[in-house]
Amino acid sequence: MAVATSSSQVLNNVEAVRATLYEALKADDKVVILGEDVGNRGNVFLITKDFVKEFGTERIIDTPIAEASIVGIAVGMAMEGLRPIAEIQFADFIYPAFNQIVGEAAKTRYRSNGEYTVPMVIRTPYGGGVRGALSHSVSVEALFYHVPGLKIVVPSFPADVKGLLNAAIDDPDPVLFLEHKKTYRLIKGEVPDGHYVIPIGKANVKKEGSQLTVVSYGLYVHWALEAANQLEGDGMSVEVIDLRSVRPMDKTAILESVRKTRKLLIIHEDNKFGGIGAEISAMVAEEALFDLDAPIRRLAAPDVPAMGYAMPLEEAYMSSPAKMAEAMRDMVKF
Amino acid sequence: MASTPTPTRRTLERHGLSDEQLKTIFRTMLLQRQLDNRGFQLNRQGKVPFALGSEGHEALQAGAAMAFVRGQDILAPYYRDLGLSIGIGLSPYEIMLSIFARADDHNGGRQFPNHYSSKRAGLMSFSSILAAHIPHAVGAAYAFKYRKETGRAVLVTFGDGTTSEGEWHESMNFAAVHKLPIVFLCENNQWAISTPLALQMGQPNIYKRADGYGMPGEQFDGFDPLATYDAVSRAMERARNGGGPTLLEGVCYRFLAHSTDDNDMTYRTREDVTERRKGDPVPRFENLLLESDIMNAEQVAAMKQDVLRETNEATDKAEAMPFPAADDLYKHVYEGAWEPWQ
Repeated sequence: MAVATSSSQVLNNVEAVRATLYEALKADDKVVILGEDVGNRGNVFLITKDFVKEFGTERIIDTPIAEASIVGIAVGMAMEGLRPIAEIQFADFIYPAFNQIVGEAAKTRYRSNGEYTVPMVIRTPYGGGVRGALSHSVSVEALFYHVPGLKIVVPSFPADVKGLLNAAIDDPDPVLFLEHKKTYRLIKGEVPDGHYVIPIGKANVKKEGSQLTVVSYGLYVHWALEAANQLEGDGMSVEVIDLRSVRPMDKTAILESVRKTRKLLIIHEDNKFGGIGAEISAMVAEEALFDLDAPIRRLAAPDVPAMGYAMPLEEAYMSSPAKMAEAMRDMVKF
Repeated sequence: MASTPTPTRRTLERHGLSDEQLKTIFRTMLLQRQLDNRGFQLNRQGKVPFALGSEGHEALQAGAAMAFVRGQDILAPYYRDLGLSIGIGLSPYEIMLSIFARADDHNGGRQFPNHYSSKRAGLMSFSSILAAHIPHAVGAAYAFKYRKETGRAVLVTFGDGTTSEGEWHESMNFAAVHKLPIVFLCENNQWAISTPLALQMGQPNIYKRADGYGMPGEQFDGFDPLATYDAVSRAMERARNGGGPTLLEGVCYRFLAHSTDDNDMTYRTREDVTERRKGDPVPRFENLLLESDIMNAEQVAAMKQDVLRETNEATDKAEAMPFPAADDLYKHVYEGAWEPWQ
């Protein structure tokens, strides 16, 4: 149970994003926020509520509905010395901006031999379990994690949201910052006061264990912890790693854990084919195959285009703590 | 394409330009053509894998470059802007480093020729993806306005083909909403590689779209460097002083194939090009300078010799420079040391 202290406060993930953005705007007038409905509406989740009153319309920019140029204009601002934080209202709407992220933001430093850089953040809510249907519930990380030049952060806990968002804003390169929308108000936790940074690319061992390594990120870290704690009561010891960043990825943390437990289960909300779990599996197979006592397993979404709006279609797509516990039990017993 | 205006206007109106400035414009045009042809020659000699032509764009680019204030304005160009790039301060040597893909090239030999970038010159980095640079230019213009840097403007250029892209529209719209200090300059050369204007747009007068965005639009003869200078300098001055964006359309023609890898005889005839060559802006401006006694024949001949000498020297010097080292492949992915995933 999260408890506020004199040097911390209990926030949910929405409040953690909001507090961090607010502090960034206060600290540096090069920081501007642009996106759909971020101004007068204060963002559809109220993350930027009232910011426009304090910081003005020049810093909190309500854009036309045009995702490619929301990102593209932010790229130009960054090349010209500002620190833009672009918002894509839902990750599902990011596709029109694909070229600006993959072809432009991620390649500008490289193509100009280091002369021009793009220090920018693209924030976007993603993920399902909220009756978001086909176009308000996707996971987009696998579409972007193939791309060198880009960093991708997927925090799960409020304290990580703040530390990683600070790191993303300070970062000299473009960062895609993915916020699982079901965790927005569901997940609360202690968040230290003041400015601090959690390095991008560092995973976090959320629960230590000796019989199985579970690697996950986003909402499913919470469910994996719930499942692992259940198993603890049955005498099974499961280690749960929260990746926190999917690019760069913390290879060291994964390998250290796998070499200890000798079994690996990767759990993600995105579908299996070509997902984050595919790269982790390949990496572990290349680096630590002979340390394993069981085949690597991936628990991921079915290979269908999206979860449906109707409850049975959403439930069939999403995993659950019970399904995770079952997979963990099978692996421990293997 | 009856509705496509043909460049025919000739004028002695100097729009406030001195004799020296008129000569500078002419020299930039000569140098652009010489360097442009050099790229094609080197390709035919098997010395470089690729070159992009800009013949027919000389007047437009030299005139626009004269309206650019160095150390103050920013240029966001596209890949056919060789003349604009030398016109705002890149040297022939820098152009040849790009053509030869040498280590000392601004891009370290990473990008195609004509994809320059130079902070020194105020030239933004860009890719080959059409219209992708236009929101970048708008973002830079936003930064100028945000920092209250009046007196600065962004000049962003593109061909007629780019005006079909969604990001072109999005950028025009955003710039108009925020009255940003930016000039959108279309170098309408009538061709999107093989696709003629008539298959690109229902309204062949691109400048007329400005009205739909709520900004001024103006069309001018892109074979006339002075008409170009006049239109671009007025628009840039308006942008620098808080008057907002302008859409300009200079009508020119692409004399060469799209690139050394294109055969334009598959989609147009030699006669089409020959007919358009009659309006070639380089001899046309030469005659204007001679007829108005700004230069005499000896001076013109000497300038051409000098441009050839400069091009030859730049070619030899760049060719002698080393390629980037293979290890450079791993540099500048992110800031600082980076361990590639393997």
